[in-house]
Amino acid sequence: MRLPCPICGERDVREFTYKGHAVALDRPAPNAGDAAWEDYVHLRENPAGETRELWYHGGGCGAWIVVRRNTVTHEVLGAELASEVAE
Amino acid sequence: MAKLIAKSPGAGLLPVRVGSLSLTEEAHDAITCVAPFQGQEKPVSAALKDAIGAALPGVGRVTGKAGARVAWLGLGQVLVLGPPVAPPGAAVTDQSDGWACLTLEGPGSRAVLARLTPLDLRENLFKRGHAARSLLGHMTCLFLRTGVERYEMLVFRSMAATAVHELTHAMQSVAAQRSGA
Repeated sequence: MRLPCPICGERDVREFTYKGHAVALDRPAPNAGDAAWEDYVHLRENPAGETRELWYHGGGCGAWIVVRRNTVTHEVLGAELASEVAE
Repeated sequence: MAKLIAKSPGAGLLPVRVGSLSLTEEAHDAITCVAPFQGQEKPVSAALKDAIGAALPGVGRVTGKAGARVAWLGLGQVLVLGPPVAPPGAAVTDQSDGWACLTLEGPGSRAVLARLTPLDLRENLFKRGHAARSLLGHMTCLFLRTGVERYEMLVFRSMAATAVHELTHAMQSVAAQRSGA
């Protein structure tokens, strides 16, 4: 499996570390309430199909990237810098 | 007062010669990590050009020449391999003692690296003057291509012995394969 790092180009998956669903970028406000925080910390979808995930390019440029991937076909659809997504 | 004698990262390990392949240690005056502050890339580049004649490289590139090079190191960071520098407008760290700098040279050097790194080293993709961060075995490594069959690799100093071991092993395999042994 290869991931398209926006900085380095297409690279082997060995260079990356998986973090989890990109929901981690949508941090609720501190006073958003228990339900929102429980959802953010503990609850995850388990999609069959397209999903967005956070990967860390630790064996490369050091960027956090958001990868769009299909969990059914294993197709990698694209990636962007997490710093740009979070803005 | 005791006089301390500095030991290079490759002391007692290098050089290694296998057939026509050689693995040697590169000595730099200093290794300085320069990370320009936000929006300061232009003045930092100009300051580096003034100081050592090499500007800030783009992603995956190296500027300058032997003895005064600037190599891309990662997101917003470069390594200056040469005289010590301290350009204003950047976070500057002296990492001279932190890196082991190895040079692999000779026919088949690309085949040696192909055994150890997932990096695509093909001629048209990783050219002279290119730099790439990737893995050498299990180690993170900065690869520089400095000649047709010449690659420089920077690994963390604590990994020097492991890097030399891995590279020597790969050099022996490639040499044996080429000699038909």
